[in-house]
Amino acid sequence: MSITALLARLGAATRAQMADWGYAARLLARLVWLLGPALRRWPLVRDQVHFLGNRSLAIITVSGLFVGFVLGLQGYYTLQRYGSAEALGLLVALSLVRELGPVVAALLFAGRAGASLTAEIGLMRSGEQLSALEMMAVDPVRRILAPRFAAGLIALPLLCAVFSAVGILGGYVVGVLLIGVDSGAFWSQMQSGVDVFKDVGNGIVKSVVFALAVTFVALLQGYVARPTPEGVASATTRSVVMASLTVLALDFVLTAMMFSL
Amino acid sequence: MNPSERPALVELRQLSFAYGDRPILRDLNMRVPRGQVTALMGVSGGGKTTVLRLIGGQLRAQQGQVLFDGADIGGMDTQSLYAARRRMGMLFQFGALFTDMSVFDNVAFPLREHTRLPDRLVRDIVLMKLDAVGLRGAHALRPSDLSGGMARRVALARAMALDPQLMMYDEPFAGLDPISLGTAARLIRRLNDSLGMTSVVVSHDVHETFAIADHVVLLAGGGIIAQGTPQSLMDSPDPLVQQFVHARPDGPVPFHYPAPSAADDFGGRA
Repeated sequence: MSITALLARLGAATRAQMADWGYAARLLARLVWLLGPALRRWPLVRDQVHFLGNRSLAIITVSGLFVGFVLGLQGYYTLQRYGSAEALGLLVALSLVRELGPVVAALLFAGRAGASLTAEIGLMRSGEQLSALEMMAVDPVRRILAPRFAAGLIALPLLCAVFSAVGILGGYVVGVLLIGVDSGAFWSQMQSGVDVFKDVGNGIVKSVVFALAVTFVALLQGYVARPTPEGVASATTRSVVMASLTVLALDFVLTAMMFSL
Repeated sequence: MNPSERPALVELRQLSFAYGDRPILRDLNMRVPRGQVTALMGVSGGGKTTVLRLIGGQLRAQQGQVLFDGADIGGMDTQSLYAARRRMGMLFQFGALFTDMSVFDNVAFPLREHTRLPDRLVRDIVLMKLDAVGLRGAHALRPSDLSGGMARRVALARAMALDPQLMMYDEPFAGLDPISLGTAARLIRRLNDSLGMTSVVVSHDVHETFAIADHVVLLAGGGIIAQGTPQSLMDSPDPLVQQFVHARPDGPVPFHYPAPSAADDFGGRA
């Protein structure tokens, strides 16, 4: 292949990639713009909060509990080496509220709710339901995507809170009830060491950013899916992979920013 | 009145459209006369559905104009396009019903989205539309409970919920049993006449389509190869028209996809 042809292919690929990013950026801007109108049609958002949130509750609760169990065990064995086993409550709470709660809940949300969102929108594309909406003079972005976007922004932070709360209970069960760490020390260390704004607040900020990322990636992948069974299947896979990697990358960026503040 | 003399609701002028490098329509000129049923027929991949999507503004032509009631669809902004679409209805090949809603809610959907009618009036309109397609009694069913023919009739009721001027049908007879097929064809003709609509029907079914159409347009190779009344097309001496209307497997459109000679393929010289 000649150098000119190679450059032409590279240029075309770059231009196509830029066009995709531009399309995604415009869609994201539209969805953010349409949040207000979507919330004014609350029944549509409420149904989606139920679909995305309630139906993810079981996996979030069970996962949170087991993560709490493991944190309780690992934390106790590490802390007792330094004679600080009573700080177990603080360690469990900080780990969950600052980091594990938002990240693991977002990863689970991407796998459970994000995948189903992508598949649903992709199937609406292949079943011509999105085209039917357009021909009925109904904007699919406003009617279908925006309520789901708003619902994701509401559901994931709540799921993160549930994950962290259940995780702390899991740490309590293992640390206090099974191993015998003092209950008063467990809760009082947590109460004195966890800062509402710095720790809980940063966790909430993370969960909102992750909610935006995961829900947007899921909606985008479904909306641009090729209207074939194979297209929907690959869009669903891409949605989970991209959303998970985005969450991990954003977590690093946000954590770095929060530490520097 | 001759279809060509009737005022047109839709007019395509010098229309060219391509998917990437693959041209579909070249300098197409076509009129859809008001109040009539125009059938758009032709070989697969001939651009029939593309024409519907161009009329609905879901695709934009690279060249030429699509005029709907005198206004150029291609030059409209989103708001004007959506206003134009409120005067159109489209029946998709497999209905495209919303599977999470009942039959009633599917038909009520455009009314709830575009009007502020009280629930009682919405209910009456929905039941009237469903009655027109013979499915008033099925209003509580889910789309998964319907046969293919019933789903298309519900989709038809939904498409005409806002009393459109123009109804477009994309392969309305595909995959239907003979009874449903006849019902669908008669319904298209009856609704067109009783509601004073204009209809464009994309179909491969020569028998049923010729029975209900006032005007037939045959598309091939990116343009119109023949048009006229069903009878004039049946009588056409053009070999391609004859092949199409009599469903002959071989003719100007060859049965065999281009291939090396049989002797080369079967003679062990691979």
